[in-house]
Amino acid sequence: MIEVKNLTKYYGPVMAVEDVSFSVKKGEILGLLGPNAAGKTTTMRILTCFLSPTRGEARVAGFDVSKEPLEVRRRIGYLPENAPLYLDMRVSGYLEFMAQIKRIEPAQKKKKIAEVMEDCGIANVSSRIIGHLSKGYRQRVCLAQALLNEPQILILDEPTIGLDPKQIIEIRELIKDLAGKRTVILSTHILPEVSMTCQRVVIINEGRVVAEDTPQNLARTLEKSNQILLEVEGPSSEVARELARIPGVLRVSLKDSLSQNADLYMVESEKNRDIRRELSSKVVQKNWGLLEIRPVSMDLEDVFVKLVTEEKTQR
Amino acid sequence: MRNLCSILKKEIGSYFISPIAYVVIGIFLIICGYFFYGAISFFSLLSLQASYDASMQAAVNITEGLFLPLFSNMSLIILLIVPLLTMRLFSEEKRLGTIEVLLTLPVRDGEVILGKFLACAGVFSLMLALTFFYPLIVALWGELETAAVLTGYLGLFLMGIAFISLGLFFSSLTENQIVAAVASFGAFILFLTIGWSSRFAGPPFNKVLIHLSILNHFRNFAKGVIDTSDLVYYLNFIFLCLFLTSRVLESRRWRG
Repeated sequence: MIEVKNLTKYYGPVMAVEDVSFSVKKGEILGLLGPNAAGKTTTMRILTCFLSPTRGEARVAGFDVSKEPLEVRRRIGYLPENAPLYLDMRVSGYLEFMAQIKRIEPAQKKKKIAEVMEDCGIANVSSRIIGHLSKGYRQRVCLAQALLNEPQILILDEPTIGLDPKQIIEIRELIKDLAGKRTVILSTHILPEVSMTCQRVVIINEGRVVAEDTPQNLARTLEKSNQILLEVEGPSSEVARELARIPGVLRVSLKDSLSQNADLYMVESEKNRDIRRELSSKVVQKNWGLLEIRPVSMDLEDVFVKLVTEEKTQR
Repeated sequence: MRNLCSILKKEIGSYFISPIAYVVIGIFLIICGYFFYGAISFFSLLSLQASYDASMQAAVNITEGLFLPLFSNMSLIILLIVPLLTMRLFSEEKRLGTIEVLLTLPVRDGEVILGKFLACAGVFSLMLALTFFYPLIVALWGELETAAVLTGYLGLFLMGIAFISLGLFFSSLTENQIVAAVASFGAFILFLTIGWSSRFAGPPFNKVLIHLSILNHFRNFAKGVIDTSDLVYYLNFIFLCLFLTSRVLESRRWRG
């Protein structure tokens, strides 16, 4: 549905994205992940034909963004960063204008507008002036605008920014519901969002793609060791020493002292080796108190930090 | 065409949901009314003197004695007021970021530019049309040269929309409305007075400068003369400004 090949964009001498390639299949939700100023917005602006690439090509729904921008724009819904809206218009008036320009049949217009307002939870503010709405409502009005023409492809730049936790969950559900029906690219720097909503992730840093995979695979391949969190009641120096002597353990570190005699330890062991049994029997054998034992899997956050920092040290 | 209509409708709407249109039109009418009062008082004084002095009678003519000065005064107010109508057209879209939504909709740049231009021209025409009651008042008590007055209005209209196209161009250059307004204001004054320097410039430049001056082209209309070269001048002027605006929008795609 979307194919990006060696996309490069320079703002004057400043590189924004360089040699970015990825593709999105029909009905897939792709997360574009990266720190601020990584080139996510630039990439999306090129896909929506707001900017032209310096080099490389991008095809959206089979149309080249440089050659047939109008065809591309007819098939996309775009939610830009910060949800820009005409602040002096009313919500219903704004959506009506958008419906007109997006060529929605006059007979269906009313029904369609009511539908997206319902989906985005803005039906109760339809007669309010947009400038008087809170950030969360504005964000949803802008999202409603993007959904209005039932686009094949949705491009959402930070769709949940500025929303409260309940709204964030609602919007994520909304996006997840679109999977299969529509192709979605969303950008974010919030990691749980990606693991929750996206089937595939492209991580961008400093204008380059550093990784591309499913969120689970990314976490798996980057894990170099197993980590186990252990809460033990006992003399801290001795506990650490004894635990480190268990075969397979790479490192033991004291994470936190919780109370006078209970401590939290992080035990790193070799990959693909479960040492929980050995750990617990050692603690019992020494007659210390085992309060908690829990494997810690690397979440996307760690993967992300790792990738981004590794990039830096390599260069 | 449908896109153009939607944009036109939205733009005209946004003039009237904010106080801009009401304030600008209101102030314009107050000042024009004041000038009309001044012009008509002076003209009645002139007529009174002419009734004693037969040699003056030939010189007293409603078109030249009343409407010519009124139209040149109105052209000055238009010059001051048009930047206030045009400054927000693109600058506000840029500042709010709505231009990103607008230019990723399935519309051509040309439709956006033309829609905005026509909306502003529409508000301006309404403003100008509301002053029609000055000639109506004159027609009630005097002999109005209808064709001459209408020609004068055509001149004001053409000059106004030429200013609007130039203001639109400056608005597309910046996201700051004040900058857009001041730049268009300066450019208007320059185009209005560029003919003055023709006195010091030798041929052939003096002719070029005279031809560039908006004021010279306007004068013929105010006198009641429609000259094709004046019409062509205004249409060229507008076309060039709209074309430059479309280039600015296009170049933004490359510059970022």
